[in-house]
Amino acid sequence: MDLLRFATAGSVDDGKSTLIGRLLLDSKAIFEDQLAAVEATSASKGYDYTDLALLTDGLRSEREQGITIDVAYRYFATPTRKFIIADTPGHVQYTRNMVTGASTADLGLVLVDARHGLTEQSRRHAVLLSLLRVPHLVLAVNKMDLVDYSAERFEEIKREFSAFATKLTIPDLTIIPISALKGDNVVTRSANMPWYDGSSLLHHLENVHVASDRDLRDARFPVQYVVRPKSDEHHDYRGYAGQVAGGVFKPGDDVVVLPSGMPATIAGIDLFDREVTEAYPPMSVTIRLNEDVDVSRGDLIARPNNQPAVTQDVDAMVAWMSTTPLRPRQKLLVKHTTRTVKALVKELDYRLDVNTLHRDLETGELGVNEIGRVRLRTQQPLLLDPYSRNRTTGAFILIDEATGVTVGAGMVND
Amino acid sequence: MSVTHPDYRLSQLDQLEAESIHIFREVAAEFEKPVLMFSGGKDSIVMLRLAEKAFYPAKIPFPVLQVDTGYDFPEVLACRDEWVARLGLRLVVASVEEAIANGVVVDDGRTTRNRMQIGTLLNAIEEEGFTAAFGGGRRDEEKARAKERVYSHRDEFGQWDPKNQRPELWSLYNGRIHEGEHMRIFPLSNWTELDIWHYLDREQISIPSIYFSHQRRVFERDGMLLSESEHNPLRAGEVAEERTVRFRTVGDLTLTGCVESTAATTAEIIDEIAVARLTERGATRGDDRFSEAAMEDRKKEGYF
Repeated sequence: MDLLRFATAGSVDDGKSTLIGRLLLDSKAIFEDQLAAVEATSASKGYDYTDLALLTDGLRSEREQGITIDVAYRYFATPTRKFIIADTPGHVQYTRNMVTGASTADLGLVLVDARHGLTEQSRRHAVLLSLLRVPHLVLAVNKMDLVDYSAERFEEIKREFSAFATKLTIPDLTIIPISALKGDNVVTRSANMPWYDGSSLLHHLENVHVASDRDLRDARFPVQYVVRPKSDEHHDYRGYAGQVAGGVFKPGDDVVVLPSGMPATIAGIDLFDREVTEAYPPMSVTIRLNEDVDVSRGDLIARPNNQPAVTQDVDAMVAWMSTTPLRPRQKLLVKHTTRTVKALVKELDYRLDVNTLHRDLETGELGVNEIGRVRLRTQQPLLLDPYSRNRTTGAFILIDEATGVTVGAGMVND
Repeated sequence: MSVTHPDYRLSQLDQLEAESIHIFREVAAEFEKPVLMFSGGKDSIVMLRLAEKAFYPAKIPFPVLQVDTGYDFPEVLACRDEWVARLGLRLVVASVEEAIANGVVVDDGRTTRNRMQIGTLLNAIEEEGFTAAFGGGRRDEEKARAKERVYSHRDEFGQWDPKNQRPELWSLYNGRIHEGEHMRIFPLSNWTELDIWHYLDREQISIPSIYFSHQRRVFERDGMLLSESEHNPLRAGEVAEERTVRFRTVGDLTLTGCVESTAATTAEIIDEIAVARLTERGATRGDDRFSEAAMEDRKKEGYF
């Protein structure tokens, strides 16, 4: 059984919570007591039907306001796959949550209401998923029951979205007509839309191929922790623990330790109490080297003929998440893989309007939920790949040193 | 040497394991004084197993902390001692009885031991100066937990502010804290109850015997089957009788109910769970049934 992480996005009324509720219910991930609690609440509020959105709105303030204010993670499994849903709110002020949910997603699911077609919000969601390099996108055209299951209406929305998508980086796009409320094309193909010859949503989620999305070309191993037992039994053991961020490592490989540039060879790769012949993403392993070289947390092991940039100058798209704006000359902390360094904001090139893709070159700051191209200068070098090539070694977070809060997310430009 | 998967795919259990090990190593590298909160339950045993793997062949570089309610199942304490001895760990026990005696928490006769754990736990964290505390919470357990971060910030009063959580992106965890604050760390965030059982089955590691089917004298209260015990006197009309049962969670024995079951192995439990129609907390935990927001309220105060 493998794993698919997907992020959902949609406006308040697009029926996203209803869709998730249905996936959970139909895959039996919702239990009787959870359903009973939701039925009781729906009845006490005088609703005509069970509001499945109540299943996912977990915080009291959300239930009171009837909106979702934070990323919620949901789990369900079918016989072939386990699914982790990052359920993110759709409102403009919650762009930061959408970015958060998309950061780990293999697939993005955008919902639109068939009656209204594409909205500013659905375009924004597609832009954010593209910016975060989510490899697969599904546009679910919901509430097909309310447009009489019209093939013409579906084709119209499909054409409009496909035209818009050409401006974005979406390696794999699938468009599915559904009704979350009625269950059409959610788990099984619907008899109400015989003109649709594609998969049901769940069938697509179960079968979309994600294993090849990982970067298997560029060998990257950020060192997290140095394992030194200092016991009689393992007196001379010295291993470098970490999670493989890219490529395939094998015992005997020639490697280079960055940023020092010291060459070395891999003596062995340990996975708990056994040795393995290969390590690849996202395995957490411990690498031993033949040579006695100086390696510590924050260093990165790569291959001599394929190295990341070792640089103090960072050119990146930054999603800003703090109510205090980002401005040039500001000092921040950057956490990139296992390395945390001080950084200075050198320049803010432009602010990207995520609805129109317009670049505002005149801007002097980035406000909360805004995205822009930023240049940073770091105190120590970082070991960077373009985010388009590797979503681990191309990503960083920005931390406000005084408050300790995460204030931004960065993706290194090509 | 063992050969890994030829097509460079990892099973979902291997992915979950790799993610959790990554979290353990991040915390050990970045925090001055971590501690693992160990209840003796299956989730905390899985945590210990993952921590064992994360630092092998070195020992786990932090102690374990257990809050002793005084109402713990003896089988759970025995299992705890076995793990602590095997891994050579330092065990810190924070006793609710002692906390009551020292006036750290107040036993007013109405507050449950479960709730008194909160004050006892926060006091222990403060006294020992722990800066990060691993907990076995999973996001699939309850609605409020679904929004909890892997690194969950606690202020100097040990409180959780759900509306003001730090965004958590990729696998880049932000462990910055101020003096007096601490971080709760949830390495099992993305595991489900079924994942835990599959992992226990795969790893063949020891968990308390009460998880498996056994004969026990039990009585019904509020729709739950509770264990007969000196800490849990029968009320008028309640009758204890011997039944074949097992526990799905382990906690304060006055509040933790069991289910009738003949499942005697991890494999049989997996089959049973696959068809279970009640969440483990809803079915057997009196502490979560008081209100729809019960868990959120306890979490804000500093519960596990």
